[in-house]
Amino acid sequence: MMQHKYLRSAILLGLLLTLILLVGACATPSAPADTGAATDSGAAAADAEPAATGRGAGGDVNILFWQAVSIANPYLSGGTKDIFGASIVVEPLANYAPDGVMVPRLATEIPTLDNGGVAEDLMSITWTLRDDIMWADGTPFTAADVVFTGEYCMDEEMGCNAASNFTNVESVEAVDDYTVKISFSAAMPFPYGPFVGSTSPVLQQAQFADCMGLKAQECSDQNFYPVGTGPYKVTDFRANDTVVYEVNENYREADKPYFARVVLKGGGDAASAARAVLETGEVDYAWNLQVEPQILNAMEAAGNGQVVVTFGPAVERLIVNFTNPDPALGDKRSEWTPDDPNPHPFLTDYNVRKALSMAIDRTTIAEQLYGAGGTAGCNIVPNPPAVRSPNNDDCVTQDIDGANALLDEAGYADTDGDGVRETPDGMPMKILYQTSVNPVREKTQALVKQWWEQIGVEAELKSVDAGVFFGGDPASPDTYGKLYADIEMFTNTWDGTDPSSYMGNWQCEEIARAENQWLGNNIPRWCSEEYDQLYTELTETADPDARNAIIIQLNDLIVQDYAMIPLVTRGDVSGISNSLQNFQMNSWDSEIWNIADWTRGE
Amino acid sequence: MAVGTADPGGLQLQAETHRKQRTLWGDAWVQFRRHKLAMFGLIILVILVFGVVIGPLVWKIDPEYIDFAISNQAPSLAHPFGTDDLGRDLLARNLYGGRISLAVGVAAMTVSMLFGTLIGSMAGYFDHLDNLLMRFTDIMLALPQLPLLLVIITLFRDTLRDAFGPEMGIFLLVVFVIGILGWMPTARIVRGTVLSIKEKEFVEAAVNVGSRETRILSRHILPNVLSPVIVSSTLAVAAAILTESALSFLGLGFPPDVPTWGRLLFDGQNFLTYTPWVVIWPGMLISLTVLSINFIGDGLRDALDPRQRS
Amino acid sequence: MGQYLIRRLLTAIPTIIIISFIIFLILDMAPGDPTASLPMTIPQEVREQIRESLGLGQPFHIRYGKFMKQFFWSEPLNILEEMTGAQIGDPNRLRLRSWQTRSPVIDLITDRTPQTLWVVGLSYVIAVLLAIPLGTISAIRQYSIFDQLGTVFSIIGYSVPTFFTGLLLIIIFSVRLGWFPSYYDTTLVVHDWPSFVKQIKQMIMPVSVLALFQTAAISRYTRSAVLDNLKQDYVRTAYAKGFREHVVVVRHVLRNSLIPVITLIALGIPQIFAGAIITEQIFRVNGLGELLIRAIQGSDVPLVMTLTLIFAILIVFFNLIADIIYGILDPRIRYG
Repeated sequence: MMQHKYLRSAILLGLLLTLILLVGACATPSAPADTGAATDSGAAAADAEPAATGRGAGGDVNILFWQAVSIANPYLSGGTKDIFGASIVVEPLANYAPDGVMVPRLATEIPTLDNGGVAEDLMSITWTLRDDIMWADGTPFTAADVVFTGEYCMDEEMGCNAASNFTNVESVEAVDDYTVKISFSAAMPFPYGPFVGSTSPVLQQAQFADCMGLKAQECSDQNFYPVGTGPYKVTDFRANDTVVYEVNENYREADKPYFARVVLKGGGDAASAARAVLETGEVDYAWNLQVEPQILNAMEAAGNGQVVVTFGPAVERLIVNFTNPDPALGDKRSEWTPDDPNPHPFLTDYNVRKALSMAIDRTTIAEQLYGAGGTAGCNIVPNPPAVRSPNNDDCVTQDIDGANALLDEAGYADTDGDGVRETPDGMPMKILYQTSVNPVREKTQALVKQWWEQIGVEAELKSVDAGVFFGGDPASPDTYGKLYADIEMFTNTWDGTDPSSYMGNWQCEEIARAENQWLGNNIPRWCSEEYDQLYTELTETADPDARNAIIIQLNDLIVQDYAMIPLVTRGDVSGISNSLQNFQMNSWDSEIWNIADWTRGE
Repeated sequence: MAVGTADPGGLQLQAETHRKQRTLWGDAWVQFRRHKLAMFGLIILVILVFGVVIGPLVWKIDPEYIDFAISNQAPSLAHPFGTDDLGRDLLARNLYGGRISLAVGVAAMTVSMLFGTLIGSMAGYFDHLDNLLMRFTDIMLALPQLPLLLVIITLFRDTLRDAFGPEMGIFLLVVFVIGILGWMPTARIVRGTVLSIKEKEFVEAAVNVGSRETRILSRHILPNVLSPVIVSSTLAVAAAILTESALSFLGLGFPPDVPTWGRLLFDGQNFLTYTPWVVIWPGMLISLTVLSINFIGDGLRDALDPRQRS
Repeated sequence: MGQYLIRRLLTAIPTIIIISFIIFLILDMAPGDPTASLPMTIPQEVREQIRESLGLGQPFHIRYGKFMKQFFWSEPLNILEEMTGAQIGDPNRLRLRSWQTRSPVIDLITDRTPQTLWVVGLSYVIAVLLAIPLGTISAIRQYSIFDQLGTVFSIIGYSVPTFFTGLLLIIIFSVRLGWFPSYYDTTLVVHDWPSFVKQIKQMIMPVSVLALFQTAAISRYTRSAVLDNLKQDYVRTAYAKGFREHVVVVRHVLRNSLIPVITLIALGIPQIFAGAIITEQIFRVNGLGELLIRAIQGSDVPLVMTLTLIFAILIVFFNLIADIIYGILDPRIRYG
């Protein structure tokens, strides 16, 4: 009976398959601890004499960016990954240290009002450059390079993505070979936009002279292999894949860097990057490990590496739409004009916004979904500590009963018994709640929806592909700027430590609308005269303490009116191997800002 | 890969049916029943279909309900498939996901079979259309499938979502795209079969008697095309389920609030070492479904194509 | 034959043009924005400038015309220049540039081709070498244990999705046992024995997953092709003449049944370049498939367009090859 044999072999193979599955699921996790150390980088660590110091003594250091580096010119970068990758090679005049304080790099000191580097009228800043700096090709670094970089980025045709660092810059001039004066067209209480931080480093004039304007796009060699003043130079650039750096022989500190080669791999996803640094020990440093907290904890328990977290200015928040997004309105949808604020049927009511905020348990979101990478947040300016408002911390406590009572009092009742409250005009409180496609965001949505259900507000969830959501196509209805939804959620942040231009985002004139092609930054379409006046005051104040006080007031105005509902203060999460030393995590600048100091130990 | 391209032409079943008091389908069923693997596949498939159709009516836990108190639990009586990192019940999610995965498979198959049969029979029967339609088929075949699928879905996901609602929109898109990019092999098979049948005596007789073309096509030709179409339709269901799960696995298929098997696998992949059941169940279910459908397809080919019999 | 070839070549040209138009049209309707992945710290006005610098403001026909010129004229000339070292025409002609990297698209593709060829190409070769004997033996010994095991194996092979087997392999061999790396190192140069071992180690998982899938498919096809031929009259005649089995099989059956199999193999070659998207994704092989996925995610239109069009041209080309092979091998086919 051959058919029986047929069946038997089928069963046999079925059993085999099950066995394989079981092995996959239950294989004893005894091996990983030792195998990790046996792989290449780890082995190098064990073999390296801890005593060996000096330039290039440390062999390779392996870095993993799961979003691979596309370009090594930060002014044309496609994201943070590119800026970080470039920061190994090109340097700014000053960096932000992990505590948010500026430290000079190519300059001798930070110009201030006190040392006379910043003009009394706040209209100019003068940097004194170090005179002992060489480019990697052996030519001296001078003020001409700084002047050139300014012209390079301020050329409008070029599409420079650090253009906002050069806001109000009128001219960048070389006073002498080692002195640069930047003049502004308006008083700049915080004149550290140009050439501070890894977003606006100095490029070499000799190399980029032919790459001005539209030509910038065509200079592939320059964009992939920029000549820098940093500890390394690019020796092999494979776009969107791997970048290999080798020691810059002309680096100013003779005994640095310790590692001879930096291999920056790219590709995969956050979880595989976390596994590579924490579990298998294949790399020494992996950036941006936005992985489910349970998994990150389990991987860290393998003992090959550790998770490093620092908190900067990033806050995940809900944006409340103050205008009416009803599709029936056609072009008037979510459209604000000074004459017609087009108010939202119920979200313009302070009590509703407050109730929505009260119903949310921020601690659960932070702990369960963000883990080490987030804490419950009640401010839109969470850091640095000097500008953190102490006035809103009670938002951490969830209060469903309080929210229900508030809505009852304000006249929102469930009149037809379907579990959803109606406005006094009889309109059901249904909310379209959108965000970008992202597992953590979508889980947050699901949680918030469940809490809002408990206060009689129904939410319809929508997630838009990040490429569309964060895009600026004026024809697309799904961009975050159009806000064709009642509530939307994303993270916003600013560059550097000073939030003053960020605070300018919520002036009335910044409201995103058809007239400005939805390019305005005031997404909630929230307009407050008090806020605008206070912001004007900020732009005219020079004293740091007074400025900080105003920033805190501005933050409170937004948060206490629930125009934006902060949820989670997001940290930067990265992983390093146990043997990597002197790594200094930094939320205010490139995370690899001090790669020259990295060493390996036991 | 076009594996199961059933060989067109040469179906001699007509003569056989007249000689004995047996119908084509009765005959095929007898043959099919002898194919143990196919029967095994059929039984598994019936159980799976029954499970996902009836299952959610019996197992009433909301697949979307989040409860951190019971997150990451191993399979137990209360949650036979375990729970995921948000404490959602995985049995409920897998049952719900199976409905969508199977529906996508069947619907996409229907789209591609309808297109394929229509275009193939027209090309085969009407000589003046043949060249045009086959060039069109060639162009469609030359379009790179997976990249194009990815592009189209990324592009139109949100538009359709707005037009038809979150679930229906993406469902229509996935079905349409898989179907519209999958009809070409069927069209070729059907055309070949039609071409060979057109030359047969009984068709010539019908033409001589003066039957209208539409009648000849529907009464004489299409029934004979049925068996290769059935065989390739089983393969199409399997392929569509695989394609859908591959898309979801790349994060480009259904959104996370619509848990198809592929999506469950995608969401759970990070948890494989930590809570393996999150991945094992949907992975097993996809594999079992596709496996049983392919077994059935194998059996059908044997049953419907007399040349493959021993 | 010659006339037929010319006719086929001539129809291939409009086919490719139509395809290029369809793909360009679809991409043009894309709501995606290449500036979307920039950090939130970059204000909208700056993004608008970046879009302008990428040429997004121009009308459709101009962009399409530009693309076609770059793809079919400038880039082939550039490749020619690079190969011959000679200067042909305008040295500053516009190049097809990726929006993500601002570098010539062709450079990106040449960067990625080696690893894709290594992994996907090798697995295809292995699959072909395994599948033809497997399929033939299965057919000759139809319903033997070997055949039944083969059937079950191949149906499992193409039923269990590669992303599932891939995940299981990584967990077992990379994470639990630590035998193979979970990342594919594209900078590895094979120059001595240890680096060769390293290369084998990093290829073994993706290659075996892909080879399993393809062996299953091709062996199944070979089996049914051989079965078809075994039932032909000429085989019976050959047996009747008293030839021994392996003579019949090798000299008659195999030669005839391999014709469709070779055609199928030729048709499958373009998929070497396109079909391994998922496997590359799982095993972190930065090959062409991975390049395409990232390009789609980043709305990098020139790169997506070039890659898909190259795939399309390869498909058309190998269709042609398959037809020619068929014509050469099968004397019954006469090209009129």
